[in-house]
Amino acid sequence: MSEEAASGGLTEYIQHHLTHNTVTLGGTGFHFDSWVVSLSLGLLFCFWFRSYARKATSGVPSKGQAFVELIIEFVDGQVKDVFHGDRRFIAPLALTIFMWVFFMNAMDLLPLDLINGAVKTVAGEETAHHTFFRAVPTADANTTFAMSITVFFLTIFYSIKAKGAGGFTKELFTAPFHSHGLVPKILLAPFNFFLNLVEYLSKPVSLAMRLFGNMYAGEIVFMLISGLMMSWLTFLPGVVFNTGWAIFHILIIGLQAFIFMVLTVVYIAMAHEHH
Amino acid sequence: MDPIALIQAYTALGLGIIIGLGAIGACIGIGIMGSKFLESAARQPELVPMLQGRMFLLAGLIDAAFLIGVAIAMFFAFANPLLKALPVH
Repeated sequence: MSEEAASGGLTEYIQHHLTHNTVTLGGTGFHFDSWVVSLSLGLLFCFWFRSYARKATSGVPSKGQAFVELIIEFVDGQVKDVFHGDRRFIAPLALTIFMWVFFMNAMDLLPLDLINGAVKTVAGEETAHHTFFRAVPTADANTTFAMSITVFFLTIFYSIKAKGAGGFTKELFTAPFHSHGLVPKILLAPFNFFLNLVEYLSKPVSLAMRLFGNMYAGEIVFMLISGLMMSWLTFLPGVVFNTGWAIFHILIIGLQAFIFMVLTVVYIAMAHEHH
Repeated sequence: MDPIALIQAYTALGLGIIIGLGAIGACIGIGIMGSKFLESAARQPELVPMLQGRMFLLAGLIDAAFLIGVAIAMFFAFANPLLKALPVH
């Protein structure tokens, strides 16, 4: 895993690590590595929490149960602060988003050449050169946009649920600028519609791009550090830099998951409010 | 001038501008927010835990545009689509 400092080698190293494992299915390709990792992490979260939910006792809790309860109460507190309504769907949604995004982000802490090294020991150098695997699903724009578009549809659903389909469309055309009388209403309708469109469309885009940008930039810095300096524990500056950036990245991982969850709940709460 | 070198040069300049200006904005934003937080923490220390939570949330939001810019800049640094569009490269 020691790399030459020549820029040709570094660029190629980084480009190798930036390539997705693409599988072509039915004419279009999709990123197999993002799918596999996100699915298995989601299942891991579900099984972990389910196993503790089943054997939950109201007596003295075990450490694992206390930890799970801590997370659930934290998320529930955040949802309760923001969403004033029936929380029975929103709070589990927020919990899923928080834990799933946190797990997917945490994959960034795995050593970069772990999978590559495993393939190399099992199948040899040449196969490892042609095997691509990106371990962080949230550094794939497809994953983050999938989640934020789902949240977008949920906000529209909750908006229609609170205001009715007719009320929702009416508010699209009369929202920020209110007026009385038919003529001003028709004059202001295009502006209102445009503003509402921008507001509605900017939310999923900013949500997805924020998470993607943070994770992608973090991954690139890891790649640069390991490409320039790491020689697997024998080159001290490499270990120091990697550890330092990893510690900083732990903060970013948790923070981005928290932000995604809070913003999801805030958007749904804003869509749900009706006068 | 050699088109490949031209594209690479302008891309590099663009990357510097993206990251530089983004960093200015993000750092000034965090500085202002942090100073307000410290001020209010000194004024009402009992509110510090709640304010700290909100502060981290805002820090993530302020850094968002800057990091999106960094991600785009990194993308252009290593997988430059403008270079790929050249018939020769």
